[in-house]
Amino acid sequence: MRIGIIALAVALGLTGMTTAPAWAVNPDEVLSDPVLEARAREISKGLRCLVCQNQSIDDSDADLAKDLRIIVRERLVAGDSDAQVVNFAVARYGDFVLLKPPFKVATLALWLGPLAIAAAGLMAVVMFFRRRRSVGASAQTSSAAIAPKSLSDEENRRIEEILKDTSA
Amino acid sequence: MFNRLIYILPLTVFLIMAVYFAIGLTKDPKILPSALIDKPIPEFVLPPIEGGPGKGFSSADLRGKGVSVVNVFASWCVPCRIEHPQITRLAQLKVATLYGLNYKDKPENALKWLAELGDPYAAHGADPRGRVGIDFGVYGIPETFIIDNNGIIRYKYVGPIDAARLEKVILPIIKKFSK
Repeated sequence: MRIGIIALAVALGLTGMTTAPAWAVNPDEVLSDPVLEARAREISKGLRCLVCQNQSIDDSDADLAKDLRIIVRERLVAGDSDAQVVNFAVARYGDFVLLKPPFKVATLALWLGPLAIAAAGLMAVVMFFRRRRSVGASAQTSSAAIAPKSLSDEENRRIEEILKDTSA
Repeated sequence: MFNRLIYILPLTVFLIMAVYFAIGLTKDPKILPSALIDKPIPEFVLPPIEGGPGKGFSSADLRGKGVSVVNVFASWCVPCRIEHPQITRLAQLKVATLYGLNYKDKPENALKWLAELGDPYAAHGADPRGRVGIDFGVYGIPETFIIDNNGIIRYKYVGPIDAARLEKVILPIIKKFSK
């Protein structure tokens, strides 16, 4: 029983070790004030690491990412607002440093493009069904015009002849 | 007629997108446009490389003395070594004052590097924590900035400068802002 408990504890410990995420944020960077630290984490997640480019500075182990994480925390401690901290990074590295691109004239196509394409697709679908319905409706109303002509006298006479032959 | 045209619309849209993507593929995503072009240089004071003969330099040195070039280098940076002959040549041409920003380097390594390869800089300063580098928007060295007489950053190049780039890009820009 006791061995079982130890084994269980070891097993739990091992799974804990393997599933623990590899934090890029080092313990010595973490601020003692949990509120500021939470804000720093949130800001860091939105800032791109310029060395690895598809990671945030919160995720990255690169030196520059570490420097920027420390700067983010320093500025928060100095009393900067979140926006001021983000602007600090944007002033130096441009909008590219933001993982979420800002909504402005230069990025209109980026933000509204997918919406415009979806709207165009929806319109195409609506137009398709409308047209199909109107084609169907006009087929019904114009059925008289394209209805077959009645048989001529000659044709009637021939039918009678044929019918007579078969019945005979 | 219009009904027929609508069938080639998807193809047209595809072709337009394909052209954009094809152009996009030729661009190096590692090279970022600098946010600091046409902006004033950050304010800084760089101390000399510790134990060296230099005197460091500051943002004040980059204003009112003609065109300056700030070259960000480090002894640990292999491409910096590759571009060193071109940087030396740029210094010899005396078309601009050349400053060296020694980025996140150990002083003894930096001094050894300069002694070994030659020191082309009018002045160099040490940025061991990379803070001035971050103010300059540095993310991957070597980086080279061309700064006009008023302390406005006019051009930035990320990566080693080769002979062709020096001749065709760097020198003409220096000339343009020297007037």
